[in-house]
Parts: sequence; C-alpha cells; structure tokens
Amino acid sequence: MNLDFERIIPSIPYILEGIPTTLQVVVVAAIIGFVLGIVLSILKISKIKPLNWLADFYTSIFRGTPLVLQLMLIYFGSPQMLGIQIEAYEAAFLAFGLNSAAYISEIIRGGILAVDKGQREAALALGVSESSMMLNIILPQAIKNILPALMNELISLTKESAVVTIIGLADIMRRAYIVGGQTFKFFEPILVAGLIYYVMIMILTLFGKLLERRMRRSD
Amino acid sequence: MIKIEDLHKSYGKLEVLKGISTEVKQGEVVAIIGPSGSGKSTFLRCINMLEKPTGGHIWFKDQDITDKKTNIMKVRENVGMVFQHFYLFPHKTVLQNLTYAPMKVKKMSKEAAEKQGRELLQKVGLGDKEAVYPNRLSGGQKQRVAIARALAMNPEVILFDEPTSALDPEMVKEVLAVMKSLADSGMTMLIVTHEMGFAREVADRVLFLDGGLLVEDSAPAEFFSQPKSKRAQEFLEKVL
Repeated sequence: MNLDFERIIPSIPYILEGIPTTLQVVVVAAIIGFVLGIVLSILKISKIKPLNWLADFYTSIFRGTPLVLQLMLIYFGSPQMLGIQIEAYEAAFLAFGLNSAAYISEIIRGGILAVDKGQREAALALGVSESSMMLNIILPQAIKNILPALMNELISLTKESAVVTIIGLADIMRRAYIVGGQTFKFFEPILVAGLIYYVMIMILTLFGKLLERRMRRSD
Repeated sequence: MIKIEDLHKSYGKLEVLKGISTEVKQGEVVAIIGPSGSGKSTFLRCINMLEKPTGGHIWFKDQDITDKKTNIMKVRENVGMVFQHFYLFPHKTVLQNLTYAPMKVKKMSKEAAEKQGRELLQKVGLGDKEAVYPNRLSGGQKQRVAIARALAMNPEVILFDEPTSALDPEMVKEVLAVMKSLADSGMTMLIVTHEMGFAREVADRVLFLDGGLLVEDSAPAEFFSQPKSKRAQEFLEKVL
C-alpha cells in the first residue's frame, strides 16, 4: 500500500471546516424531521380517515423514492416548478427534513401505540384535554421508549448528509473530494473524511446514551 | 346528584348494558357488584363518558352529559376515577402526578398545587414518597397515590373501578382503609368491587348487575342477608 498523508496534511483544516456545514444540515433537518414527524404520526393515529391517508401518502412518497432524487428534485427542479432558485442550504434542509419526517413519523406512531391506553384514560378522567394529554402524558412516554430508534435515525441522517455534495454544498465529503482533485490523492482525504464522520457519530452515540440514561431515571 | 335513565351500551352486536336506571344522591356510597361480564365496569365508565353510551341519559347535577353539547372535560373535572391498574403517570414523580391536572386543567399555581399535593399524600399515608417515581411503589401505595391524584381535582364524586382487584392480598387493606375514611368524610362514591366485606360495611347501597341489567338495588344488610333475586342468591353463594 502506498499511503502518503504528508501531502494532504496542509489540507486537513480545510476538510475540517466542512464540519459546521454538515452539522448545520443535520441539526436543521433533524428539527424539521422531528416536529413534522410528530405531526404526521398524530395524523396517522387520528380517527379521521382522510388525515390517515394524507400522512400515509406522504410517507409512501418520501420512503418510496431515493433521497438523492428528492434532493435533486428540490434543488434543480425548483426554478422550473416554482420559478425561484432556492439556496443549496435550503434545499438540503428541506430534502433531509421532509425525508426524515417520513421515517420518524413511523417510529413515533409505533411509540404512541405502545403506551398503555390506560394512560390516556387516566388523563382524560382528570379533565385533561386531548392535546395536553398527547403532549404531556403520551408523547414523553412514547419518546422515551423509541429513543434508540430515534438515535439510529439521527446517525443515518448524519451520514446520509454527505449526499449534499451533489448540489455543491462544501460539507466534509465535498471538501475531501476537492482536496483529492487538487493533490491527485483521493484515498487519503477520503479516509480523513471517514474518520471525521466516525468520530462525529461516536460523540452522537455517547450523547444518546447519556440522554437515554437521564430519561430512564423513572424506571 | 347523578341520575341515570335507561342506559344502553353496545359494542357492535354485543349489548353490554340493556337499560339501567338509577340515582345516586350526594354523599352516598354505592357498591356495584355482579359476576364478570355483567357490565358493571362498563356502567361505571359511562358515568364519566370514557365509554360513550349508545342509548339513554346520564345527568350529573341536572346537566345531561350524554348530550353532545355538554363539555365533557368540565364534567370530568368533578368526577374522579380510580382504576384497577392505577395508571399513574410513570414519567412523573408521585407529587407531579398529583399536581399535573390541577395546574393544567384548573390553572392552579405550582405552589398551591404542591401544597395541596403534600397534604393529600399525608392523608393517604405517603408523605415521605413525594419525590419517588411510581415504579418504586408497591401496588397498594400506587393505588393510594391514584386516589390522592383523583382527590387533587377536588371532585364531587369518585368512581372506583375494581380498585383492589390487582393488589396482593396484604395490600388490599391499606387501600380499603383510605376508601373508608373517604366515605366517612362524606365523599360520593361509586365502587365496582369484589370486596363483599367492604361493600357490606361501607356502602349505603348495593347495586347488583347481571347480564347488563340492574337486578337488585338494596341496602347492604338486606342484600347480603336476604337477596331477593335468584341470580343474586346464586352469585352470593359462589363468592361468600
């Protein structure tokens, strides 16, 4: 093997500067995905049939097509469809956010259904409204139980975010690729990028474990 | 205080309640007994509309709660409920279980709700448990917290749905003691129970349900010594 890290060492800070870009996409998309995921999950368990259909249709679209396709459609398709050119960042937030919402809504729906229905009755019997019951009683219990699945989704999102390379966002992946082009050494910068992703995921995992431990206080 | 008229409840083709009428006066303690499948839990759960009746009317203080226009949430503030399986909120501490609804529904201040919560915990003998989570409690303790939680809304009536059926025998007593003191304090109570001794001692009236009908409605002394109906006689022979 012929590895030569010396040539790319000066470029490592350049690759590292992609971390904020990657993080920004992940954090904003995760927030969109989580909030929209909760809304969709509630639509899915609603007694009003058209709302179920709407949420199921949404999920089928975003789970049924590749994420790369969704990203390209939003970024390259928006001038043609809406007559506006949205920023690469916005396209990334939207595509990743809307896509994760589809997956997260299924996770949360499962979590809500797993909460004992007596919890709902106990809250209602105290005169608590449906919305407060959902927000204060059911969702906290559901989310505690699905935390590992949500962490999985966040980890996927972090790695999948590398796809933004194709719409020109200078994230970790794209920067590694650029360094490869400049130095004619591709293997080393991509390994560096891989290490950066790995460390980020490890930190995320640790954070998830701490959060889980905190939420398991009541056990 | 509660007036029930020709109450029906069906699940599809299965008719669980076939027309029950009765009245409960303020301060009355009513034991509801009967074989399993007789509809007694369904009957109780209709009174706070956890089950929607398919026919008949229920008035709570002159308000028809089966009327679609009635704000059932307002009614539930005044009608507490204690469940067989407690259903404490597991992610909240004992004190938070008692303060949640008063703060959320009645907009009580945190200080006032906590003060009241602590007093209620003292009352049910669990003053030292306010900071623990429900999982750390025994069944009997959980049910006493559940009673305190219902009391925290300062209800005018409390519905008990087999409150001691999920408890180990040695814990039944502590829960019944709390219920008895509640009855002595003048609380209106409707209790679905298998505790015949308790029904005889504490209840003012016994309702005997069988097959979705109110078969007998009498004073406990009378019901237990000389039941009028054949079905009640058979039932008592089995359980006593």
